[in-house]
Amino acid sequence: MENRLFKWLFTLLVLIMILLAVSAFSLSLGPAGMHPGTIARLILGGVGTATDYTILFDIRLPRILLGFAVGGSLSLAGVLLQAMFRNPLVEPYTLGISGGAALGVALGTIFGLTGLLGAYSLPVFGFLGASCVILFLSIGINRSVLNLQGLLLTGVMISFISSSAVLLIMSVSRIEDLHGILFWIIGSLGETDWLPVKLALVAAFSGLIVAYLFCFDLNALSLGEEDALHLGVNVERTKRVLLLLASLLTGLSVSLAGAIGFVGLVVPHFVSMFAGTDHRILLASSFVSGAIFLIFCDAVAKSVAQPVELPVGVVTGLVGGVLFIYAMMRRANTVRGK
Amino acid sequence: MLELRHVSCRYYDRFVLKDINVRIEDGDLVGVIGPNGSGKTTLIRAVTRAIKLAEGEVLLKGKPLGMFGFKELAQQVAVVGRLYDLDVQMKVEDLVLLGRIPHKRGLQLMERRSDMDIARRAMELTGTLSLKDRFVDSLSSGERQLAFIARSLAQEPELLLLDEPTSHLDITHQARVLDLVRKLNRDKGLTVLVVLHDLNLASQYCDRLFLLGDGALRKDGTPDEVLAYQTIEEVYHTPVVVMKNPVSSRPCVFLVPEDAIAGVK
Repeated sequence: MENRLFKWLFTLLVLIMILLAVSAFSLSLGPAGMHPGTIARLILGGVGTATDYTILFDIRLPRILLGFAVGGSLSLAGVLLQAMFRNPLVEPYTLGISGGAALGVALGTIFGLTGLLGAYSLPVFGFLGASCVILFLSIGINRSVLNLQGLLLTGVMISFISSSAVLLIMSVSRIEDLHGILFWIIGSLGETDWLPVKLALVAAFSGLIVAYLFCFDLNALSLGEEDALHLGVNVERTKRVLLLLASLLTGLSVSLAGAIGFVGLVVPHFVSMFAGTDHRILLASSFVSGAIFLIFCDAVAKSVAQPVELPVGVVTGLVGGVLFIYAMMRRANTVRGK
Repeated sequence: MLELRHVSCRYYDRFVLKDINVRIEDGDLVGVIGPNGSGKTTLIRAVTRAIKLAEGEVLLKGKPLGMFGFKELAQQVAVVGRLYDLDVQMKVEDLVLLGRIPHKRGLQLMERRSDMDIARRAMELTGTLSLKDRFVDSLSSGERQLAFIARSLAQEPELLLLDEPTSHLDITHQARVLDLVRKLNRDKGLTVLVVLHDLNLASQYCDRLFLLGDGALRKDGTPDEVLAYQTIEEVYHTPVVVMKNPVSSRPCVFLVPEDAIAGVK
């Protein structure tokens, strides 16, 4: 099947080139502007002014790498969940993980605990909130109280409960806290500290590797759990590992960049339309496409209304929503054989 | 090949299989018949470990089923279910190649040449080779069932389980599917356990039948032994007439409608 391998490698190569192009484009954008030539000299040869160096390596590059890690993680989590639930509307946030994270942040903010850990406090509170939800769901799965449908419904309910709680907290909080919570919920890639960025990158790549260990199991699951069992898949173990993986990727992404919507929902759909439904290519190409999508949306967010920077979650929602409708309509057409 | 000893299964508190004891020898072609809800599908699920046994044990080649790894079991036992409801876009060839998953080694990412050859032979054997680039959801029910049989053959199993493979098929495809199953049984020595709700198909194609009623094994024997009108009336609670098929001389079951009985009286 060399043909297919070549086709897949070609798809991946094209995507990586688009990724590099979008990243370069985004690197050159910013209030200070910067010529692509300057950037190339700085990155490749380390030649340039100190100011340019600081802007590039301490502000713009971490932001793009965070976009890469978060975009990749969210859309990878989306592929895994959609494959397991066999439901196109499931996305990383359906399980209530982002809701938990938002509640964590909101609680941390109104109790005035955000000063405790300096710049890391919001991510830490977000991750605590997300972890509570993940823990709750895993206990449910391990005790076999929850089947997949039950898990889905529970997740949706957790989302509702936590968003109501967040609204309640916001309605009684002070105006300056309100702005912080709101901005966090919409999501932004403004994290410029290198440590969380490195953490997110390591997590994203490890997640991709672990997901690849299960690529055949995911293919087998496309016809249902019992059918996968007939093909020799340890369905229970696969579900457990992959749900945990998707949850952790989501939890970490959400705590670092806020609840950036639509990446995990739209990208897997879009990618499966041109790359096919085989998870051997779908996993990697969704990962890269998610990164492209988020870096692009971030570039738009920071450049359309300069000097005001839009929250990237708003842009992903707008661009993603339009893309999703387009994808669904095209899919409906192909099903009807047009 | 396969032995069930005192097997009982239940969903919640209701027993759907009660103390089943059967043995299937290498090369057998056995049909499972019985009314709806008599436990036919559960019998298959007990052998695939999709349902836990409440009591008893299943032995495959003399070894308890629990001792097989997931992949190891799928290398020996393949299953073709009822018509699948598909909502994925997958080509026939890719579907058949899924059957090679149990034989995948370690970190192998792409199919080996031998995998491609085995899948190709499975498609040749089932007459689906010309459909290999078609999407599975664009096939007719009969073609789709043949494609799934091709996938099960790609697993290179020694035991093939089929759960009502002919339901919703016209007689052309019923015959094609079951002729194929019998050919595989005769020529390749494949041991087959097939659930059929159509008594006449079961009679025509199987050498041996298990008749289930209410979760219990009511009769185990040749079609001639099992398909006696007294037995059928007792298990199905329906008046029938049994005659011989003039060509194959296998028993043929005719149901008798209520008003026809009134007419005779």
